[in-house]
Amino acid sequence: MTDISRRKLIIGGLAATAGVSGLAVAARIAQKYGLVPPDHGGIYGLGETLTYASQRLLTRHSLAREFSRSQISNPPFANEMPPLNEAYKRLQAGGFADWRLTVDGMVDRPTSFSLDQLKSYPSRSQITHLACEEGWSYIAEWIGVPLSRVLDTVGVQPQARYVAYFSIDPDWWDSVDMADALHPQTFLAYGMNGKELPVGNGGPLRMRVPRHLGYKSVKFVTRLTVTDSMKGFGQGLGSAAPEGGYSWYAGI
Amino acid sequence: MARLESVPVALGESVASSAPAVPAAKVTPRHSGLVRVTHWVTTLCFFALLISGIEIVISHPRFYWGETGNVLTKPLFQLHIPSSRSKVQTGYGYVLPDQNGWSRYLHFQAAWIVVLTGLLYVISFLFTGHLRKDLLPGKGDLSWRAFSSSIAKHLRFERPSAEEAWSYNVIQRLSYLFVIFVLFPLVIWTGLAMSPGFVSAFPATVTAFGGQQSARTIHFFVTLALVLFLVAHVVMICVAGFRSRMRAMITGRADGTHRERT
Repeated sequence: MTDISRRKLIIGGLAATAGVSGLAVAARIAQKYGLVPPDHGGIYGLGETLTYASQRLLTRHSLAREFSRSQISNPPFANEMPPLNEAYKRLQAGGFADWRLTVDGMVDRPTSFSLDQLKSYPSRSQITHLACEEGWSYIAEWIGVPLSRVLDTVGVQPQARYVAYFSIDPDWWDSVDMADALHPQTFLAYGMNGKELPVGNGGPLRMRVPRHLGYKSVKFVTRLTVTDSMKGFGQGLGSAAPEGGYSWYAGI
Repeated sequence: MARLESVPVALGESVASSAPAVPAAKVTPRHSGLVRVTHWVTTLCFFALLISGIEIVISHPRFYWGETGNVLTKPLFQLHIPSSRSKVQTGYGYVLPDQNGWSRYLHFQAAWIVVLTGLLYVISFLFTGHLRKDLLPGKGDLSWRAFSSSIAKHLRFERPSAEEAWSYNVIQRLSYLFVIFVLFPLVIWTGLAMSPGFVSAFPATVTAFGGQQSARTIHFFVTLALVLFLVAHVVMICVAGFRSRMRAMITGRADGTHRERT
């Protein structure tokens, strides 16, 4: 019996060592290929990393489903939101003529765009589903400029890994990796269902990331920062969402 | 303990006949180590998924059919419980605190663990014969007479015979098979159908159900079915003898009468 126990102990020890070093190697590889999310720490880091890594491997180039015009939700839906701040109200009073989208960070030509400048680029539209983590959803037509078009204009530097984006509401900011930032359906949306984007839906300018849950589509966007690491932003977890208890990656 | 744990692999494989699995030696465990570990990991994950799932439902206790649904849409049905969001009109004068953040983290963490555990369990069928020996009903079991007598025994909450401490009866086998091969796959599938990232790569996952909201509604009903199974499972364990059945699933040891007999 002691023989078996000793053999089991040795085999178990070897298996544990192999397992731990296997995990360490897997973690290094995952880090190298950008498969580890910024909020990978803590007790839920395992699940978050598995979800992000597997979805990145499966969905890097996949397109969110698009719908027909007849499937657009009627009446259109706008979620409840906190009251708008003074900065917003001032710009709103001026018809958003002074609204700016500032793009900085790891770009060759930091730029501040007016809404008219953004609208001067060829506009694109998509009819996609917006699903909230709570469980409700709606379909709308989103009109805007692909984020990749704006990033092309400013010249993203090769070491870039994330694009952080900020709402005029300072509590609300988020980020996506370059796979999502350069994805053809990731929009800076300024129109909805053939009209200007309503205030309730994030007008005058909203991020739309249709392969993610709704909270990733930040409203009232005023700034983009291109970066190689999310460490310097807030608590370094990638966005405001994990600071409020929600996961950074919202593809699920 | 060392003795009990060291033998199952060797002896488990020697019991190859499909005869009632009366132990060949007194050290054969009632349930293999793999079955015991995967059983309890699944139990833990199921409770984590259930509690976090209830928390997530509370934020929007309305269910729809088709692609979309929100408070402006007529629901298929609504749970008459308070909500953690003020926009949902529940008839209650208060709003519950938002618990979705940790609930979602926990839900997907537990989902990963239970899916990997389930895969390990199902893959082990190839090597252990657990499916054929313990889960698939024997030929004689599928006769109408055997089936109706088993149902009658269940309806009378009759304490099972001593042999059943070492083998599942036909109703038990069929319900376990249903849970393993129908309910679990369906709850995973409908869960994936709600993931905007996953369905972008595999749209048929959601179109098969007619939309994301349909998948959410089915996810809810499959969960109800799993909870019903859990209740029946626990009731039957109490009928059969809570202490002996728990001991068999925790330590692997079954009733003393059998160990004496062998």
